[in-house]
Amino acid sequence: MLQQLINGLSLGSIYALIALGYGLVYGVLRFINFSHGDVFMVGAFVAFFSAPLATRFLGSGWLTFAAVLFISILFCAALGAVIERVAYRPLRNRPKLTMLITSIGVSLLLEYGGQLWLGPDPRAFPTLIPNRLILNTPTLVLGQVPVIVMGFSILLMGLMYLVVQRSRLGIALRAVSQNQAAASLMGVSINRMVMQTFAIGAGLAGAGGVFYALLYPSINPLMGIFPGLKAFVAVVFGGIGSIPGALIGGMVIGILETFVTAYLSPTYRDAIAFVILIAVLLFRPAGLFGQSDREKV
Amino acid sequence: MKKYKVHIGMGLALIGVGALAFLQPYIDPYYLQVALYLGINLILALGLHFLCGYTGQFSLGHAGFMSIGAYSAAFLSLHFFCAWPDPIRFMLSLLFSGFVSGCFGWLLGLPSLRLKGDYLAVTTLGFGEIIRVVIQNLDVLGGARGLGSIPKWTGIFPVFGLLILGIGLLHFLISSTYGKGFLAVRDDEVAAQAIGIHVTRYKVVAFVISAVFAGIGGALYAHLVTYITPSQFGFMKSIELAAMVILGGTGNAVGVMISVTVLTVLPELLRGFAQYRMVVYALSLVVVMIFRPKMRFWERKKSLC
Amino acid sequence: MKNKMRLCLWMVVCMGSLSLLSCSKLSSKNEILLGEYSSLTGTTATFGQSTHKGLQLAIDEINRSGGVLGKKLRVQTEDTQSKPEEAATAVNKLINLNHVVAVIGEVASSRSLVAAPICQTAGIPMISPASTNPEVTQKGDFIFRVCFIDPFQGSVLAKFAADSLHIKRVVILKDVKNDYSIGLAQFFRTQFLRLGGVIVGEQAYSEGDTDFKAQLTALKEKAPDAIFLPGYYTEAALIIKQARDLNIRVPIIGGDGLDSEKLAEVAGAQALENVYYSNHFTVQNQAPEVQKFVTAFQAKYHQKPDAMAALGYDAVYVTVDAIKRAGGTNPEKLKNALAATKGFLGVTGKISIDENRNAAKSVVILQYQNGVPMFKETINP
Repeated sequence: MLQQLINGLSLGSIYALIALGYGLVYGVLRFINFSHGDVFMVGAFVAFFSAPLATRFLGSGWLTFAAVLFISILFCAALGAVIERVAYRPLRNRPKLTMLITSIGVSLLLEYGGQLWLGPDPRAFPTLIPNRLILNTPTLVLGQVPVIVMGFSILLMGLMYLVVQRSRLGIALRAVSQNQAAASLMGVSINRMVMQTFAIGAGLAGAGGVFYALLYPSINPLMGIFPGLKAFVAVVFGGIGSIPGALIGGMVIGILETFVTAYLSPTYRDAIAFVILIAVLLFRPAGLFGQSDREKV
Repeated sequence: MKKYKVHIGMGLALIGVGALAFLQPYIDPYYLQVALYLGINLILALGLHFLCGYTGQFSLGHAGFMSIGAYSAAFLSLHFFCAWPDPIRFMLSLLFSGFVSGCFGWLLGLPSLRLKGDYLAVTTLGFGEIIRVVIQNLDVLGGARGLGSIPKWTGIFPVFGLLILGIGLLHFLISSTYGKGFLAVRDDEVAAQAIGIHVTRYKVVAFVISAVFAGIGGALYAHLVTYITPSQFGFMKSIELAAMVILGGTGNAVGVMISVTVLTVLPELLRGFAQYRMVVYALSLVVVMIFRPKMRFWERKKSLC
Repeated sequence: MKNKMRLCLWMVVCMGSLSLLSCSKLSSKNEILLGEYSSLTGTTATFGQSTHKGLQLAIDEINRSGGVLGKKLRVQTEDTQSKPEEAATAVNKLINLNHVVAVIGEVASSRSLVAAPICQTAGIPMISPASTNPEVTQKGDFIFRVCFIDPFQGSVLAKFAADSLHIKRVVILKDVKNDYSIGLAQFFRTQFLRLGGVIVGEQAYSEGDTDFKAQLTALKEKAPDAIFLPGYYTEAALIIKQARDLNIRVPIIGGDGLDSEKLAEVAGAQALENVYYSNHFTVQNQAPEVQKFVTAFQAKYHQKPDAMAALGYDAVYVTVDAIKRAGGTNPEKLKNALAATKGFLGVTGKISIDENRNAAKSVVILQYQNGVPMFKETINP
């Protein structure tokens, strides 16, 4: 049972990582960015293509991994900024539904464009960090990769929390999320804030992609669809604008999925996240820690 | 006479379809298949267009209703009334599918009505996926491997006949006094409520009607492809349907019909370039969304015909 | 007024596009057109691509030595995207639009099961290179296959597990989205129980899943001697890797669905130690016709052929041989000629079509060593 918990946590920490970025954009702009899951996929592929180069110059080991991670995050952050500038900024003052549809379009573009360019076959992701076993008892096995992923997610969450609560950037972000007009009157450049939000969020998604590829070394252009959706559910569950909420939401979904698969039926796995989504939206729309400032009725 | 223009038009169209139906055995089966796909997609798109364009509710889970219709009709066709003549059985299956999906439309419409805009969209997406997963787990419906050997009853008359009936129904509904209520709900819910329109009821009715359209479309689809799997009715299918409606433009149903035709026939023409299809969809969606500033998504000019 | 114009525009678009459809490839008089439907893309893409390569090699060879009955041989290929519904559309198009004389496909039983009734109703022979589920050929007398079937494969694997590996307790992890997987699991179970073994646990997954730790952990608790994995390589690779990550070191046994180089790419050589699977063909077979095929394949594609390529190759040759014996491409005569195939020497062994339109052939068991499948033993029918 404990092993299942660990399984769930390691899966959940990936969801949490994606949810952090998703939640950031959602919290600041109240905008469901469907293409977030596909930036996650891009991160995995950027890592896939840069890994051989990095290995050639830096050998194999932690440094290579760090370099690959860094490259992915940077690339995805840039991608996020570009997407925002090209596809979302023109629609800033339109109904949220329009932006949703556009983000679906961007998402499809990334998915099928990726499929066109890279071929739809899954690729084998190289083992950048061997999954050495930390714990090896008959009832409990723990590899170092899940631990790294979990640790990293928590670290990033802490970092994000500090940034949003303490730094100037954070204050500006929170201002924009509360009242765009007032914030811009106070001298905050809305355009810059929004772009930075997207960039940070996308960077986090890219990191998520790299970690996912470490745990599940088979990557393909459509891999981001479901993790993206589930991460969104995590954000809704945790509450709008709550960073710890997104993290907890991701973990909860990961654990619930694992338990349902193991003890109920593996074929209900994908429905869990959606059941949670509907339950939350209907019964507690603010989520676990969120402020209920959205009029939905 | 002029008042009955639409009725006459419909009647003539039905006769035309009936005549075509007699020619059905002489038409090349491949073209026939594409034409039938076209008709089915038209039914689906019109139902969704009614929901989106006339009541402003956006559904990303319509494939779910389609699958409910497909599976209920297939189930009935495979297991019941085996001694009765085929056309009667088909009609029963179609009616059953419409009924079941209508019921689900009502069930799923009610709680969803507390939500608006993008929240509603995501909730419908969730429902669509849940429906798919549930069907996947029902072995009596074939489970994940799908349901096969469905009798191939779909033909020109069922598809295009129902299409014409559907168009007629929607037309009469919209142009009636009751129908104006839908527009009121779409334009300003609060005002509509203030003048005594039962907003929730209108929204649910719209949901049910579009679910019935989707269900019957699904039933026709099932009896055309003779083999259905839950994964055919997933998120992607819902997006395809939504894309057809969105790209068809704002409001006017004929626009939707054009976009459905293009989006159904083009992939067949470009069979060698099938992998470009989704990319073209995606680009069109983004471009259309960005470059149509004047026409709001749910503004429409006139009624259907 | 505007509406009327739009309506007219719609009708024009309708007519125009439907008539444009008629401008597509039809066969010319002095060639024989075969149809191929395979999964060139999607979750089982290597199956389709390999089959296609073997098929194409056979066609090139045949055309170089003069064609069939004086005519050139050509193939029209349609991609099923690894999806059953696409298989139906593809076969419909091949038969009704391209008017092929015979259809070759598919590797995956789920897709063959969908296409077979269509071919049967249309009266066009269908030759599956590698579908092993017995129900495929039961769809009608126009449906053939050039490979062994799962009742045989399942019992071979059960015997191998019980006798060669001395395994008593087995858990089964099968793919519920997959007719092949369910069927093979069934046949394995029946025979394994008959040999005195015990199935101590059974779990399931769906094609497309990526995380199997939940199921594997549940199976690990049963302390099995081996895991039976009758699935396809895409999921199998991840399953094997995650099993080893969870420190499950017992042998993993699978069927021909595991045959793909992706298995080693994704799972890694270390994880594949102690993995066995059954197959139709191995490049290590020193028989002259096999080595000739391997050399020709390597010359054309710069890679070694796998079982699907070999079966695709054999499927074409068997079909062509039947066309020659039938003296033409008349469907009825071709069907009878195919049914009468006896002792045809292919690169996957001697192919004789029995009264159920299946081929009784030997199974090779392969074992992964250092990331490469090595020949272990052959089991004859």
